[in-house]
Amino acid sequence: MSAISTEEIKREFLKSKMGLAGIGILAILVITSIVTVIIIPVDTFKQWNNPSYWISFPKTSTPVWVNMLTFEKIPEHQILGDPITSSERSGDISVVNHQFNVNFDYDDFPNDFIYEFTAKYSGSPLLQMSVIRPDGMELDLLSTSLPNSKTTIIHSERIFSTDASIKKNLFLQKEQFGFPIDKMSSEDIIFSNSQLHGIQKGNYIFLVNLYGVKAENEILDSRLIIGGKAFGMMGTDELRRDLAIGLLLGTPLALFIGLAVAIGSVVMGLLYGVYAGFKGKKTDEAMMRLNDVVYALPALPFLIILAVTISNSIFMMVGFLMLFGWVGIAKVSRSMALQIKTKGYVEASKMMGQKNSKIILRHIVPQLLPYAMASIAISVPAAITTEAGLSFLGLGDPTFPTWGQILHDANIYGAAPRGLWWWIAPPGVMIAITGLAFVFIGNALDSIVNPKLKKQ
Amino acid sequence: MGLKKFIGIRLITMFGVLMATLLLTVILVGSNMDIILKQGISFQVRSEITENPAIAKSFSSVDEFESFVQDQIEQRRKALGLDTPWYSPQRIGVTMYKILILDFGRASFLTSDSGSSDIRDILLEKLPRTILLFTTATLIISVIGIYLGALAGSKAGSKIDRLTSTFAVISSSFPVWWIGMIMIFLFAFVYQIFPARATPLIPPSDPGYIAALLYHMTLPLITLVLIGFGSWAFLVRNFMIGIMQEDFITAKKTMGISQKKIIYSHALKNAAPPILTILALSLSGSLGGAIITEAVFDWPGMGRLYFEAITVMDLPVIIGATYVLTVFFLISIFIADLLYGYFDPRVKTGQ
Repeated sequence: MSAISTEEIKREFLKSKMGLAGIGILAILVITSIVTVIIIPVDTFKQWNNPSYWISFPKTSTPVWVNMLTFEKIPEHQILGDPITSSERSGDISVVNHQFNVNFDYDDFPNDFIYEFTAKYSGSPLLQMSVIRPDGMELDLLSTSLPNSKTTIIHSERIFSTDASIKKNLFLQKEQFGFPIDKMSSEDIIFSNSQLHGIQKGNYIFLVNLYGVKAENEILDSRLIIGGKAFGMMGTDELRRDLAIGLLLGTPLALFIGLAVAIGSVVMGLLYGVYAGFKGKKTDEAMMRLNDVVYALPALPFLIILAVTISNSIFMMVGFLMLFGWVGIAKVSRSMALQIKTKGYVEASKMMGQKNSKIILRHIVPQLLPYAMASIAISVPAAITTEAGLSFLGLGDPTFPTWGQILHDANIYGAAPRGLWWWIAPPGVMIAITGLAFVFIGNALDSIVNPKLKKQ
Repeated sequence: MGLKKFIGIRLITMFGVLMATLLLTVILVGSNMDIILKQGISFQVRSEITENPAIAKSFSSVDEFESFVQDQIEQRRKALGLDTPWYSPQRIGVTMYKILILDFGRASFLTSDSGSSDIRDILLEKLPRTILLFTTATLIISVIGIYLGALAGSKAGSKIDRLTSTFAVISSSFPVWWIGMIMIFLFAFVYQIFPARATPLIPPSDPGYIAALLYHMTLPLITLVLIGFGSWAFLVRNFMIGIMQEDFITAKKTMGISQKKIIYSHALKNAAPPILTILALSLSGSLGGAIITEAVFDWPGMGRLYFEAITVMDLPVIIGATYVLTVFFLISIFIADLLYGYFDPRVKTGQ
């Protein structure tokens, strides 16, 4: 076996279109991972399974770009966190005014609206909410006093569109509408034409006034959420989580799992096989029998049992996958080691009394490196799909949003029969793309490494 | 080394593997199983006493009553041999022996469709369904794969060859179960042709059950074939390319034998050994890989049974199903080995 130099491999590899395509995809994935780790805060990652963290996002909404493809514009979910503020004072009475401009240009009513605020006040200030519609009509929505307090406190509250007093207020203004409004939800009334029930497009201004008597009041944080059915680049799931974030977080995780398992099992298999082949005789026989045993274990049932009984932490899972991954590589590297062993220079170094470990690491392993590299690339996709499969069955690590985990949630909430394609399609495509990148690289390396091996 | 010795050694190795697998399974689930069994006994004793108030009344103090309950629990534990720890060689031995003679015991939660909780009944009910779906799929896949692979391999570099290879690489990158979800989305939601869940709603005793089962089987079958034949075709293609370069094929060509006849009778015949070996392996491999696919389609076979057993932690079922899966896996490896040894005499000599 003539050793192929690294230079040679590089040269051959650059000629292979498939290999370059693989490297290209891999580079994109790596860049995505790096960007993800930098831009997505650790907190978001930790809060992935905390429903209250995602509360202001909509449930199972489509990606926003769907609106570009359809004539009927699905209302986008709008989170308005930057109101125009002003405050006035006349005598004892102070007013804090927050104004939200909502451009509503869709063909369906919003799901709901929520006003979230945090106020710092003392006494019992009055909160008033009203909306000025594109046709100039002004509707009073709410006027309520905040809980009384003698000292200055900070108070947070969420006002939902389903709030009974909003409904009551709207009902009091029913003569402004040319149709019965008593059985409609408040968002269906606010965003409707006045004469005939239907969407009124245009600019809506939501006004929030906080009146205080003899006190300095402040609204520290103020957000208006117009609940839509489209959100973000990738939509959201049943638990209101932004799937774009899930998919991004899945990228470094998949690369980590795939590479860790592949490198781990190839290194283990290589050393095991080479040692068995080099030692020969009874050691070889015994080691190969053990190899046969592991080879004959049904991997998936065992992985499942291990995950259920020992631990389903992602690091343990990587270890379990390695346990089943090294077998094939051990077999091949043993037969390669058997060939190399008979080479003159190995015999010579044996005669010179070099240590076995030194012969193996200096003379045999380096010759197998090209093969090892190809094997690593080829074993990555299997590791990623197996982990995804285990997560899909609900045996994965729920604290890590891997692609398999997202698909598991999708399956639990019946995404396929409900037609929530944006929840199912992207994770699978990502798994496949990642797999393809490594298959391309692996095949390209293999065709460089293997023909020379066959010549032997 | 003769063929007999070869088979003998293989059989011994396989039996060893089977025992190792069994031991490993028992060790892994043993401690959990003990806890579950003990809880079951306490629960049983207490419910028997609440059902029969006369027992409780016959005691004067609470302490006396409690000690009676504990005594009862102890006795039953002893009767089941739970007083020795699960890792005692004696108990592991008994468990393994029982499983070896296919006495799997009773399931803790799951039952068969007919209501039996005997694990052997459950397995016998589920196994034919898995074989029905996956063996059918594997056979269809192999027929399409061999035909397409032979065609592609005989014209290496042609359009059909490149198409087959590309399809093979791409289709094998997608997880089968994910394609399953997409298929459910397409053909159960967008076009409502097939049911989303593959379990027929009518009971198995109904005469229309078989027809319903076959109808429910269509979508999973299409999915399995669609995702499977590409890689088969690719494998066959690779064998064929090697064989088409052999001298005897060139000789046949110069003799003027038609291309078709060369491909399908001469070349394919020579590619038969590895193809048969792979067929044997994939027939059993499909049984193991079925766990996730069956879970997606809700196909009432071995895979879903396994999945359900894990969800409710029905350990006796897990052990039984693992054992059966291992046996199938080993048998197919054995057949593959034999075929390989039969076709390729070099294997027998152990080189």
